[in-house]
Amino acid sequence: MATLLLTLFIPLAGSLLLLFFKKDNTQAIKYTALGISLFTFLISLFLFFSFDSANPGFQFVVEMVWIQAFDAGFRVGVDGMSMLLVMLTTFITPIAILSSFGSIEKRNKEYYVMILLLQFAMTGVFVALDLFLFYIFWEIILIPMYFIIGIWGGKDKLYAAIKFFLFTVVGSLFMLVAVVYLGYYVGSELLKMESGFTSNFLIIRDLGSAIPYDIQKWLFWGFALSFLIKVPLFPLHTWLPDAHTEAPTPGSVILAGVLLKMGTYGLIRFNLEMFPQASMNFASIISTFAVIGIIYGALVAMVQTDVKRLVAYSSVSHLGFVVLGIFSMTVEGIQGAVIQMVNHGLSTGMLFLCVGVLYERRHTREISEYGGIARVMPNFTIFFAIAMLASVGLPGLNGFVGEYLTLIGAFKSPILNSYWFTIIGTTGVIFAAVYLLWMFQRVMFGTNDNPKNFNLPDMNKREWTMMVPIVVFIVWIGVYPSTFLKISENSTRFLVNKIELLKFGKSTYELPGYENPAEKQELE
Amino acid sequence: MQELIKFLPLFPLIGFVLIGIFGKKIKNEKLIGAFASLMVGIPFILSIMLFYHLLSTGSQTPEIVHVFTWIATGALNISVSYQVDQLSVTFALIITGIGFLIHVYSIGYMHGDRSFYRFFSYLNLFIFMMLNLVLASNYLLTFLGWEGVGLASYLLIGFWYDKKFEGVRITWNGDAGMKAFVVNRIGDFGFLIAMFLIFVTFNSLDYVSVSETAAANYDFYMNSAIITIITLMLFLGCTGKSAQLPLSVWLPDAMAGPTPVSALIHAATMVTAGIFLVARNSVLFSLSESTMMVVAVVGAITALTAASIGLVQNDIKKVLAYSTVSQLGFMFVALGVGAFYIGIFHVMTHAFFKGLLFLAAGSVIHGMHHNQNIKQMGGLKKYMPITSKTFFIGTLAIAGIPLFSGFMSKDEILWYAWSSHLGGWWLWAILAIAALFTAFYMFRLYYLTFTGDERFDHKHVHPHESPKTMTFALVVSAILSAFGGFLNLPPALVPWSHADPLLKSWLKPIFADANMIMGKHAHGVEPMMYVLMAVATSIGLFMWYVARKWYSDPQWSAPRGIATSMKGIHRLLFNKYKLDEFYFATLIDPIYAMSKNFMWRFTDIKIIDGIINGSAKFVEQLGERVRLMQSGIAQNYAIIMMVGIISIISWLMFN
Repeated sequence: MATLLLTLFIPLAGSLLLLFFKKDNTQAIKYTALGISLFTFLISLFLFFSFDSANPGFQFVVEMVWIQAFDAGFRVGVDGMSMLLVMLTTFITPIAILSSFGSIEKRNKEYYVMILLLQFAMTGVFVALDLFLFYIFWEIILIPMYFIIGIWGGKDKLYAAIKFFLFTVVGSLFMLVAVVYLGYYVGSELLKMESGFTSNFLIIRDLGSAIPYDIQKWLFWGFALSFLIKVPLFPLHTWLPDAHTEAPTPGSVILAGVLLKMGTYGLIRFNLEMFPQASMNFASIISTFAVIGIIYGALVAMVQTDVKRLVAYSSVSHLGFVVLGIFSMTVEGIQGAVIQMVNHGLSTGMLFLCVGVLYERRHTREISEYGGIARVMPNFTIFFAIAMLASVGLPGLNGFVGEYLTLIGAFKSPILNSYWFTIIGTTGVIFAAVYLLWMFQRVMFGTNDNPKNFNLPDMNKREWTMMVPIVVFIVWIGVYPSTFLKISENSTRFLVNKIELLKFGKSTYELPGYENPAEKQELE
Repeated sequence: MQELIKFLPLFPLIGFVLIGIFGKKIKNEKLIGAFASLMVGIPFILSIMLFYHLLSTGSQTPEIVHVFTWIATGALNISVSYQVDQLSVTFALIITGIGFLIHVYSIGYMHGDRSFYRFFSYLNLFIFMMLNLVLASNYLLTFLGWEGVGLASYLLIGFWYDKKFEGVRITWNGDAGMKAFVVNRIGDFGFLIAMFLIFVTFNSLDYVSVSETAAANYDFYMNSAIITIITLMLFLGCTGKSAQLPLSVWLPDAMAGPTPVSALIHAATMVTAGIFLVARNSVLFSLSESTMMVVAVVGAITALTAASIGLVQNDIKKVLAYSTVSQLGFMFVALGVGAFYIGIFHVMTHAFFKGLLFLAAGSVIHGMHHNQNIKQMGGLKKYMPITSKTFFIGTLAIAGIPLFSGFMSKDEILWYAWSSHLGGWWLWAILAIAALFTAFYMFRLYYLTFTGDERFDHKHVHPHESPKTMTFALVVSAILSAFGGFLNLPPALVPWSHADPLLKSWLKPIFADANMIMGKHAHGVEPMMYVLMAVATSIGLFMWYVARKWYSDPQWSAPRGIATSMKGIHRLLFNKYKLDEFYFATLIDPIYAMSKNFMWRFTDIKIIDGIINGSAKFVEQLGERVRLMQSGIAQNYAIIMMVGIISIISWLMFN
């Protein structure tokens, strides 16, 4: 219990602590921020090792009523899926901070305050078990991210920051309306509570399927719209290339690594869990857009001349796989989606780091400015190649496991009930090879004939330090994904059981030792 | 004993990692080369032990060795586990045996290269992946190897990444590597879809259980749509990896890689993965006659077209590359007419003689200071005696001169193409013409390279025989090319014996189910066999004679005359039927243009961003207008107020 709270609040405390530092004491600020994030990671490791993967429910739950009048509480806890995403957050943040050492050159104090605040809010999003609390964390994120893009970003940073802000805010407003109405409906109509309102996720989740479909579908879209913008799903994606491209390297790493996953996580946690019937009904529509996104993102990535924008568009494609896996509503698909969220965080995060390494040396992102870099930066070539291949989905590296599971999940899904989603989605693996290998070819291979590139130094110690841990996990997940798959296996089965019970009246998976509340309800 | 199989892939993996990490520091070429060769040599010895194990136990069912669970979630449970049976051991022997030879050869060939260690590290990676491909006991692990060898191939084709390479829209070696990877991915798409279908149909991805289920219910699955689609999708994968039409375009460009790579990956082993996959799934394929027909026809057409291109190419490696595509086509015909073990037999003999030919070609290129144009060679025989002799043996073998290895296997393919109920005279005829082309271009290659005038520039080029590490490999593979065919003597040559040929009886357990499904009866020796054999033999001998005659004339007047009189055809062949150009014009360029102009510039920027920015503008402009009303002049406010009051009152009154 305490470990979860510590994981959540240490970054906030750190952020506040940094406020007391002297502005020009940048070394101290940097290393304190790094230390805090590393310490948080250590704490989260305790969390990870004491997590009981046999238990499909929420663990380390803390509940405190906060605003009694409408039963809003500080309720947090993690299950298998959020556990992995919390780990991703605590793992990526120190790496992002390390990469900031090279890319952030002004207003250091404000920057590191923002980063730690961001980590606090991201962790909060993944652990919140209260809609009101979730909404607050969700909104807090906007503030540091807006400033990180707007202050420390590239040439068109203001346009990108405002676009990011507007897109997300529009989504959030829909969600706010849905949260309010949902809380009211469950509190007053279903439970007839004294307060007439509740934002307790656990209660709402169990009653979600009892909400009449006509109401459920509006609530579903209220949440879904907000999440799908964040993912982003085609055609709501155009904020992403701008935001990713203009953000400073660590900003892109966190955006791609963690922020996008808030959308996909939200889809599982809130849409699937609270509105199963609506989710089933809209699964095909959303999956259609997911599949379009896979192809569309890949094709548009292919024609980019800016290497960072290319990686940004590749996210649209990769996240399409995740959404497809989620709405397959099979264990394989959702497990694939969860592991793919982690994978994308690692491999795309690393691709952004690699682009950052080049950018710090040459201050350009134009592919045509490079060529033959392999000759001058041989070590960097290896890391860039690994990140690229992981992203291509080469078996043996992490990306394959996620893509494969989401595709096979969608293929066998009784809810999507069509092979076409997978068949078209699978063509994405061809295009992924095209745009990534082609980019790699133009940047790294050929002869190095641009005089500005003649004396580029290879990776330094700091860059090694931030890349090696990612590579370890890229290979680990590729070769032995069981370590991570088993964490979320039972939580996923629990969710899929519930959906199958609703749809078919029976479920495939048994979860020994744990009562399925839905089944209990049936018996009664 | 079968547990040994675990260690086969382990050694090259260790080699890859250790050489990859420490190779740069260790400057000693010999040490690196020897270590890398050892990491392939040990698995070769282990394969021999497994071979004896299988021989002595006479095992009829595959033994599965589980290593660890790979991906397990939901209904999916896929492990890294290997399958010991006659098929996997046969391939393991070929891969590690030829692989070892080529490792040794490379020590000489790559001598002095800046990235010597990187080369050997990649070669070990290739062996590791290739072993996973053939030893796997389930589709997904084979797929890991399948993509893994693609990676190794990509890395090795682009090994000299800063060298230029000529090809359609290809500037650098790396472009050729990329092309190979991408074209293969199109095939992999088919492999993936096949796996999805197999999983939902058979609820498993293990070879043994899928084949057993299918064989046990063959009445139900016979010619069913689902089996046909599964096998066609698998075959799409094979057309990628084994360079068959329509995905054959990558292999000739793969010659950008160092020559040992061409020998090992793009001739002897990796490109035969498609044949392996069909053989591994012989039960499924034999359940669909339509697919078998497609396999045979695609193989035959590929064999013929590639051989015809080979007639007019001038790059020594390009000729061999088209020859490989063509020979792979022969193998697919064998599979397509149900003669699975003959397909494997040709894989084996082809590994011997094509490996040899590439290695010898490498020796020539090495001696010619990296010139590959045969029009600028000639008379090399006296400078490179070992190379020229071994090359000649390889030529005899591939041209189908009796008793050489290629003769034995090719003759059997021709026979089954003729006699099988899935084939016919037309299939035989296509292959016979392809065989005729083959004999001609190979002898042409030999005579142009090794005999006649010395057409190279003596000032800059000093041809010399290659070092011992290279000639050692040449001699060993020449012996194999000459005598390898005796592993499976065609019954027609030993009509007095009623025993099955060696390889056939060895592979019997593997194809037993498929043969049961196809209702195959053992053929006796038929007179027609001798007729066809005589025709094929005379084709080979006649082409030898023609090529020798034509190219001993220093003016080459006969072939030149034909080339000018049939200019159109010559150009078409010289330009490889313009298949690459066709793909660019019909697929790649349109997709690129659509992505750029329609998707990105129009949909993303104009439409979606247009709507977003437009609505922002709209609000802004609206604000601009509304702002004007806030004029600060009290009279105006009063007027508006009056208008408002009057409207409300009149509305109330008239309602």
